[in-house]
Amino acid sequence: MNENQANDLKKMLLKFGHLLGLFIAMTIICLPGFWIVLSSLRPTVEIMAKPPVWIPQSLSFDAYIAMFSGVGQGGIPVLDYFRNSIIISVTSTVIALAIGMAGGYAFARYQFRGKTAIFLGFMLTRTVPGIALSLPLFFVFARLGIIDTHFGLIIAYVALNVPFTVWLIDGFFRQVPRDLAEAAQIDGCTRWQAFWQVEFPLARSGIASAGIFAFLISWNEFALASQLTRSTNSKTLPVGLLDYTSEFTIDWRGMCALAVVMIIPALTLTFIVQKHLVSGLTSGAVKG
Amino acid sequence: MRGWKPAPHILLLMPAFIVLAAVVVVPLLLSLYSSFTPFRLTRPDTIYTFIGFRNYQRLFADREFWVAFGRTVLLLTVALNLEMVLGLFLALLVEKATRGQRLLRTIMMFPMMFSPILVGFQFKFMFNDNIGLVNNALQSLGLTDQAIPWLIDGKLAFTSILIAEIWSSTSVFAIFILAGLMAMPKEPLEAAKVDGCTPLQSFRYVTWPFIMPFAFIAMTIRSLDIARAYDIVKIMTDGGPAKRTEILWTLISRTAYSDARMGLANAMAYVAILLSILFTVMFFRQLAKARQQIGAEW
Repeated sequence: MNENQANDLKKMLLKFGHLLGLFIAMTIICLPGFWIVLSSLRPTVEIMAKPPVWIPQSLSFDAYIAMFSGVGQGGIPVLDYFRNSIIISVTSTVIALAIGMAGGYAFARYQFRGKTAIFLGFMLTRTVPGIALSLPLFFVFARLGIIDTHFGLIIAYVALNVPFTVWLIDGFFRQVPRDLAEAAQIDGCTRWQAFWQVEFPLARSGIASAGIFAFLISWNEFALASQLTRSTNSKTLPVGLLDYTSEFTIDWRGMCALAVVMIIPALTLTFIVQKHLVSGLTSGAVKG
Repeated sequence: MRGWKPAPHILLLMPAFIVLAAVVVVPLLLSLYSSFTPFRLTRPDTIYTFIGFRNYQRLFADREFWVAFGRTVLLLTVALNLEMVLGLFLALLVEKATRGQRLLRTIMMFPMMFSPILVGFQFKFMFNDNIGLVNNALQSLGLTDQAIPWLIDGKLAFTSILIAEIWSSTSVFAIFILAGLMAMPKEPLEAAKVDGCTPLQSFRYVTWPFIMPFAFIAMTIRSLDIARAYDIVKIMTDGGPAKRTEILWTLISRTAYSDARMGLANAMAYVAILLSILFTVMFFRQLAKARQQIGAEW
């Protein structure tokens, strides 16, 4: 075998190794999700079978039908949870976005003393573990009588999301050249007009992705929601998932079905924003 | 003349200040105070009894607490490091792909969409000793004929939690490192090749310094969200079996809500908060350093 052939062989092997590695990695990433979807469509007997049934014999939407058919039918009040989740996530996202735009703009466009310290301070409020924050919030909310209400969870989630939205939106505004707004101001715009007509449209897609990010955090949050909600008045989907567990048994099929219901909005939204998300968080990483 | 008008940046930052103060800072001050009392939810008047540092004294003498503390640090350190390394590999694999890169990138983001509680349930399902995918697969392949008690044995349960945690968060690192790789100018790499660098050398001295800030951004984001591991552990084992996977956060929630000992739990919570802050500050400083280095070199 001459040198040329050996080189070719080495290249082939490398390529094969690369493809194999990619394949294994992608399988590991996809398998759990695939398994959940599959399990939600199979009859419980097949899930519980020993020895395992690998090839599904029959697929049906029974679990979904049972889930949405109300409490009496062995379902859980999914529609209530879904409604609560939507109301709480959307409202808290909108508020967090408005506050984040104000804060992010201030960080991106103004120079002031203690800027870094304030920014770090904002971030530090985010590091407080949800469960640690839930203790005093539980006590305060109980005193104010806003436990198990939409309002209570909404303000908690606004506070949770503000540091991130500020960070992201700060990054997006910094990508908009400063001169543009200044030029508009020279042309006779007020700062307010310059913001809405020049800077905001340019940063809009980024701001939208910050919003989706905030939405996902509220949509998925569990530690606070599990303590601050009590009933169908305000329970969100992540907390509702626990309804499928009892002391010793878990209704795996029903749980998988609810998991699919939870994941679909998240999936759709994440695909929409994936590009902006990364560029927002990394802006300034290279240029400082 | 008009009256005193605050500077615009103060006005703009005000809403954020107010919300964070009302929902985070003030309640935390309250919990700081209550950590100096024997406060129990069942007896509200106990909040007015001041007992000084007795909760903290009890905590620091409590072996169970320190074990949970150590386990939390171990979990975080191992998970973050492995996620970083695996994320780097994943990013390099995807970056090398010549075709279908968009699709691969999309698939890579998949675990990010799973809320931690879903990750917990999903892996609890897969690691179930009786009907779980993992045991079924191992048995069908003939690798073992017993049901491996993944979530029942203490060490295996810790490993299972670690796997779930890594599965859910590796993609955060992969995505940011990939963003770094794609933003990297190609000339320095070519120059290194011309100068006779081996691929390993050019990775070490050209690529790595460039993508480091991106890796640290991922680290910082992860450290901000680190306590989300609570959801996973809570669902998968709830600190069991026999407290062998108890971490700080499950211990706090048990002490506060099951035992109703809020004062003590708040004292623990403060230790947990300090731990999180420590992790975050550490990574922020690394981030600043990495940024400076890049700024100097490019």
